[in-house]
Amino acid sequence: MRRSLKAIALLVGAIFVAPSEAAADEWEFSGEIAGEFRYFPEPAQFPSQFDHWQPSLTIQPDFRWQSDNGKHQIVVIPFARLDAQDDERTHVDLREGYYRYISESDWTLLIGAAKVFWGTVESRHLVDIINQTDSVEDIDEEDKLGQPMIKLSLLKEWGQLDLFVLSGFRTRTFPGIDGRLRFALPADIENPIFERDDRRGAVDYAARYSNFFGNWDVGLSVFHGTSREPRLTIALAADRLFPVYDRITQGSIDVQYTTGAWLWKGEAIVRGGQGETFFASVAGFEYTLYQVFGKPWDLGLLAEYLYDGRDDGFITESFGLTTDAPFTAFQNDVFTGARLAFNDTQDTSMLAGISVDAEDQSLSMLIEAERRLGQNWTAELESRLFFNVDPGNLADALRDDDFLTFRLTRYF
Amino acid sequence: MSNIRSARALRAALVTALFSVSVLSLSADAQDLQHFEDDPAAKGDTPESIKGYEIAARSDRSDAGFGDSKAEANMILRNAAGQSSQRSLSFSTLEKENETVGDKSLVIFNSPRDVEGTALLSHAKILDPDDQWLFLPALKRVKRISSANKSGPFVGSEFAFEDFTITELNKFSYAYVGEEEVDGTQMDIVERFPRYEKSGYTKQKSWVDQEVYQARKIEFYDRRGDLLKTLTLSDYREYDGVWRAHNLSMTNHKTGKETDLVYSEYQFKTGLDQGDFVKGVLQRIR
Repeated sequence: MRRSLKAIALLVGAIFVAPSEAAADEWEFSGEIAGEFRYFPEPAQFPSQFDHWQPSLTIQPDFRWQSDNGKHQIVVIPFARLDAQDDERTHVDLREGYYRYISESDWTLLIGAAKVFWGTVESRHLVDIINQTDSVEDIDEEDKLGQPMIKLSLLKEWGQLDLFVLSGFRTRTFPGIDGRLRFALPADIENPIFERDDRRGAVDYAARYSNFFGNWDVGLSVFHGTSREPRLTIALAADRLFPVYDRITQGSIDVQYTTGAWLWKGEAIVRGGQGETFFASVAGFEYTLYQVFGKPWDLGLLAEYLYDGRDDGFITESFGLTTDAPFTAFQNDVFTGARLAFNDTQDTSMLAGISVDAEDQSLSMLIEAERRLGQNWTAELESRLFFNVDPGNLADALRDDDFLTFRLTRYF
Repeated sequence: MSNIRSARALRAALVTALFSVSVLSLSADAQDLQHFEDDPAAKGDTPESIKGYEIAARSDRSDAGFGDSKAEANMILRNAAGQSSQRSLSFSTLEKENETVGDKSLVIFNSPRDVEGTALLSHAKILDPDDQWLFLPALKRVKRISSANKSGPFVGSEFAFEDFTITELNKFSYAYVGEEEVDGTQMDIVERFPRYEKSGYTKQKSWVDQEVYQARKIEFYDRRGDLLKTLTLSDYREYDGVWRAHNLSMTNHKTGKETDLVYSEYQFKTGLDQGDFVKGVLQRIR
C-alpha cells in the first residue's frame, strides 16, 4: 500500500515535469487523468465492506519514441489508481513498456510488457488469454495487466502468425476486504498457490494464426502455461479464499462473418488442466440499423449465447474445500444488448445490455454512455444492476452491489 | 509502373493501347505501358453516358501511376451556430492494381486525444462492399466492421463514408449535361449515378475543368432527389502529373453544417506496399 502511494506520487510528479508536446528526439508524451465516482445505492452485504461512495483517481501517462525510419519503437505506459475505499484497488501497473522492431521483410519483434487482444464477441472475452485481468478495475474483464513477453509476428500473404514466449506471471487482482464487488470472503492475493512448487517463474507459450478469407475473419490459437483464471479455494479454518493457479493447455478459435449490416461472431475454447478437459463457447450476432429515426444515428442490436461446460462445483479435500475449475458465471447464459451511436461531433454513444442465466433466470444489466466534452475531456456513465439473483448463482455475492459510476477524463 | 505489370496485363495493354493513349495526356512517363479497359456497364451506350464516362475517366486516369501517397489532414466541423471542433488524421493510400478494385487506405486519428491511435483500414471494391477493419487502441482490438453504412457520416462530419471513394470510375454510370464557364474557367458538367448498393444519393452532379480535368464542385442529391450537400474542391496542386485538391469543403444544405478537410503537402511514392495495408499492421500503430 505504502509502496503504491509512493509510486503514484512519482508518476504524478513525472507528468508535471515532462514536456507536454512532442519535443526533440521525437519522444512523444501524452496521457490521461480521470476522476471517478462510484455509488452503490444499497448498503454492503458483507461485514467490513464499505457502504455507498467510492471515489478514486487514475492516471495513465504515455511515453513513446520512434526512430526516423520507423523501424524502432519504444512505448512506456504506466498506470496508477488511488482509491479512497479499497486498499487493493489502489494499485500501479506497467500497462505497456516495450521495444518493437519492425523489419522491412514482414516481421515484427516485440520485447517487454504489452497488451494483446484476441476475440470477436462482446459479452465475454473467452479466447483472450495473454494478459491477466485487472479485476479491481471493473468486472467486465476488459482491463488487463501488462504481460512481459517476447512476441514475434510474421505478416505474410498466407496470413499472420504470432509466436509468444511469456514470463513473469501476473497474479489476478482482487478487491480487498473493504471492497465491494467481491465474494463473501476476500481473496488472499499475497499467498497465491501454484500447482507445482512455485511456478510463478514458469514460462508460458502461445501461438496464434489469423487471417481473413473474403467475408470470414478467423483466428486459431494455442496456449500452454499458467492459467490466468485462478481457482479459489477455501481453507476451512480460514477467513479468505486462496487463488490457485494451474498449468493449462488451451486451444481456441474465433471467427467473424461479415455480410451487409450483419456481423456473425463466435469464439470457442477447449481447455485441459483444470479437472476434466472442458469446452466453452460464445456465439451470436451484431446487426446495425443505420440512420435510424431519420437521424444520423446507428443502432446496433446484439445477441449472444454463452456456454461453459467446466465443472466448477465445490469438492471437499482434507484441508478444506476446493474446485476442479475456476468459477464461471457463464455456464448457460443469454446476452442481448443495444448500442446507439449518435455520430455527432462529440462521438456520443450508449450501450445497454442484459444477461440472463438460462437455468435460474438470474439477471445482470449493464448501461454505459459516453460523450466528449470540448476537445480534451470525456464524460462516462456506467451502471451494473443485478436482479432476481438466485442464491445458488455466483452473482449472489454481488446482489447488493448495483452501482453507478461517473468518470470524467482529461486527455493531455 | 512497368515493373508491377504482369505479362497478362501487358497483353491486354497491347490490345487496348490504341484507344487509351488518346485519353491520357498527363503523367507522361507512366503512359507507355498504362492501359485501361472501359467497363461497358458503367460506360453505357448513349452519347450522353459515353461522353460523361469519358470525362470522368480522364479525371480518374490522370491519377494513374501515383503508386502510393501519404498526407496529414485537419478536419474542421462547424454547426449552423458556428461552433467548431477539429480532428487531425493521417492518410496513407496504395494505388489500386487495376480498375476492377479500389485503392487500399489507412486512416489514423491523431486528435481529439481520446480517439488518438484509432485507425481504419479499407480495401475498397467497386460494386461489392469494401473490406474494413477498425483498430481500437485502448483494448488493442482489431474489429472487422460492416461497410454497408455507405451513407452514414464519417466521424460526425458532413462527409459520408461513400464520399471518400467518389473518384472510383466504375462505381457510377454517367450522363453528360453540358458545359459552363465558372470564374473564367470552362467546365464540363457531368451527372453520375451510383451503381453500388446502399448509396444515400440518387445522383451527383460534378463540374470538371477543361484544363487539368479535375472536379471543382460536386452536388449531392439525396434519395428523394433533393439537393443535400455541395462539395467544393480547391487549392489543387500538381505532383509530377498527379493533381490533388488540398481544400475540400462540404456544406449540408439541410442542416447548415459544414466540414472542411484541409490537407497538408502530399508525399508520393513513399515506398508503401501491399504489406503495409494488411490487417496485422493495425496492431503496431499504437
